Amino acid sequence: MAHDAATAPGTLEPGKGLQGFVADWSSDQRAFKKVPWGKAMMWIFLLSDTFVFASFLVSYMTVRMSTTVPWPNVSKVFSLTVAGQEVPLLLIAIMTFILISSSGTMAMAVKFGYQKDRRKTALLILATAAFGATFVGMQAFEWTKLIMEGVRPWGNPFGAAQFGSSFFMITGFHGFHVSVGVVFLLIMAAKVWRGKLDTEAPGFLTGRRGNYEMVEVMGLYWHFVDLVWVFIFAFFYLW
Amino acid sequence: MTYVPVGHDATDYAPPAETQEPELYHPKTFIGKYIWSQDAKVIAIQYSITAIGIGVVALVLSWLMRLQLGFPNTFSFIDPSAYLQMVSMHGMIMVIYLLTALFLGGFGNYLIPLMVGARDMVFPYVNMLSYWIYLFAVLLLLASFFVPGGPTGAGWTLYPPQAILTGTPGAGWGIILMLVSLAFFIVGFTMGGLNYVVTVLQARTRGMTLLRLPLTIWGIFVATILALLAFPALFVSAIMMTLDLTLGTSFFMPGIISQGKQLDYGGGSPVLFQHLFWFFGHPEVYIVALPAFGIVSDLISVNARKNIFGYRMMVWAILAIGGLSFIVWAHHMYVSGMNPYFGFFFATTTLIIAIPTALKVYNWVLTLWRGNIRLNVPMLFAIGFIFTFIHGGLTGIFLGNVAVDLALSDTMFVVAHFHMVMAIAPVLVVMGAIYHWYPKMTGRMLDDTLGKIHFWITFLGSYAIYLPMHYLGFLGVPRRYYAMGDTYFVPESAQSLNAAITIAALVVGVAQIIFFYNLVRSYFKGEPSGGNPWEATTLEWQTPETPPTHGNFGKDLPVVYRWAYDYSVPGAEKDFIPQNEPPSPGAGGAAGSHA
Repeated sequence: MAHDAATAPGTLEPGKGLQGFVADWSSDQRAFKKVPWGKAMMWIFLLSDTFVFASFLVSYMTVRMSTTVPWPNVSKVFSLTVAGQEVPLLLIAIMTFILISSSGTMAMAVKFGYQKDRRKTALLILATAAFGATFVGMQAFEWTKLIMEGVRPWGNPFGAAQFGSSFFMITGFHGFHVSVGVVFLLIMAAKVWRGKLDTEAPGFLTGRRGNYEMVEVMGLYWHFVDLVWVFIFAFFYLW
Repeated sequence: MTYVPVGHDATDYAPPAETQEPELYHPKTFIGKYIWSQDAKVIAIQYSITAIGIGVVALVLSWLMRLQLGFPNTFSFIDPSAYLQMVSMHGMIMVIYLLTALFLGGFGNYLIPLMVGARDMVFPYVNMLSYWIYLFAVLLLLASFFVPGGPTGAGWTLYPPQAILTGTPGAGWGIILMLVSLAFFIVGFTMGGLNYVVTVLQARTRGMTLLRLPLTIWGIFVATILALLAFPALFVSAIMMTLDLTLGTSFFMPGIISQGKQLDYGGGSPVLFQHLFWFFGHPEVYIVALPAFGIVSDLISVNARKNIFGYRMMVWAILAIGGLSFIVWAHHMYVSGMNPYFGFFFATTTLIIAIPTALKVYNWVLTLWRGNIRLNVPMLFAIGFIFTFIHGGLTGIFLGNVAVDLALSDTMFVVAHFHMVMAIAPVLVVMGAIYHWYPKMTGRMLDDTLGKIHFWITFLGSYAIYLPMHYLGFLGVPRRYYAMGDTYFVPESAQSLNAAITIAALVVGVAQIIFFYNLVRSYFKGEPSGGNPWEATTLEWQTPETPPTHGNFGKDLPVVYRWAYDYSVPGAEKDFIPQNEPPSPGAGGAAGSHA
């Protein structure tokens, strides 16, 4: 039952839209054409991580409903007093702005990475890491402020105990993601700066050769962490 | 459509390679090759030995439980607390640390690169970490046997509030170690799981389309996706329960009076835990079942010398079961006090899942029909699986209905059901698969006679254990009870039945020694198997060396020209055609070049 070349798998240019999708998934070797392994792996990891954060947020919503004590007034709890004025959500607005900005620098780093502009890429990754570190620092400040005011995982003076529990758990888990990201960004910046990606030097632990796709894979993770923050911001601080 | 997707049509053409092969790290020392190994095949064997080792611990626990149930007041060292601890650890170890790890970490690692035609997993280093983190999780779990208070006795479902309240065995150290161990297991599994999925999607050899993959790979692949999406819920609930226990948060803890004292907890939701747990727990059933489905399809097809009946439907059924498994979880919670309307929804989806499952069973039977059946040991186990799986599947339909389940919930009927469908059935497949692939792993055959003795004792013994257990369930014998006491509605004859079950369980357990003896003896003295003893078509049997060396396929990767099931093709010389054999002689070959 031999086919001629015209009907053999993968010989036709993939079509667009649905047809292209079907063609890719019916083909051999790779389901996502031209997608490197690391990138595919990061996407699937992020899908899995999405389920982690979704479980956290759904659990937070459930305990917010199940508790019999009123929920604290978040715009009061998360306010800063500036020049005698109480400004709700001021800190969190700045934090959000910083984190979203870091997404911008990350995206630019990816762009210059593909242009093999070693200097700009490294500097932009460093800038992203600096934004991320600032975010974590401000989060530490926020935690300190709340702890000083008596908010604890097991209770707080403002209302339902679940407020403190969910707050520390969810922002802590997100802050952990940001911190891990910062560490990897610094490693990546050093790699780029030393030209390890241009020379395709093997990695220290994995032995895999470096390339600028790694910057994009790093970027995927970073944008994901930002996106998750948007949901945490909306569900925790605005609701 | 201008595009012709290939399923079972053989072609002389395979597209050129899209990428260059990655360099493999070839260690030179013994430690690099066999201990800190990045070779998926070595990692697979490490995973398998660890999983089977911890599984034997759980098997011994089940003997002790059965001894207590069969002969109460005989064994002074089994007190009620110890009994509950045995129940809990037996369940958790068997489901997660044995079956999940063995199917995905063991068979997944061994078979995926070989069957898709890859040199190794896509990220061998991460794959290696996966095993070591798994081993750490296992050690943490084992440690809980030696801490003050012993392991947790909360049942394998770990339901709060009781799991963490004083009075439950192991409520301090035991439960913490269990939760932390689970969290590590999930982290380790994720590292491996990402590898399995990406290897199947992105690292297949030339000509290997998704619809030319053997069903074994389809089963493992979809199960891994399920695991990657389901384990997060368990991960999160493990974190939250740890916080409830250590920091005094109240995620799962309502206001509660325990032992006459008002506790500091309040406002949490115990049902939330059940939802999270079963959002993981039900897909978990299919994480174990889907690889078994896949492997059994291949065992049956090879040994019936026939192509699998309805290959594409088999693939779609795996996908459908995988998708449906995420919307049936609350059928474990009919008696939890959730909204009764949920029961209606979840009963419906549960019954719908019977359709693709039944389709698979029909296809296995139709594959056997008029096949040229070779009744060797792997085939016996595969056919045994069909029996136990149908059996457990049918009782599942009973339990999926709210009205029936309310009466049978928490009785021995449930125990019989899930042991039939997700303990005995997958374990039969594991054993069949070991008999099937052992020659590839070692180059030697397992002993046939010992294998047959092992099969018949295990298979018939399983029925001797679990068939009477259904009946006990109908009588109303509750599960997880240390002793029945003076239960007026349970006749005294139930006790003699319990004793009979215990004897059967001990016999089946001891019979596994035959299996282990066979594994060890054949490694040194087994008959040399050659590269393809079963005359199978899939790529792992076409490797230049047996057992395959690091890199699997020698100088050139195989090129695939046909699907995995060309058995007894009319007009062909042999009754099987390997996947890497082109339809016209002389076509294809190793002429592929990098594009």
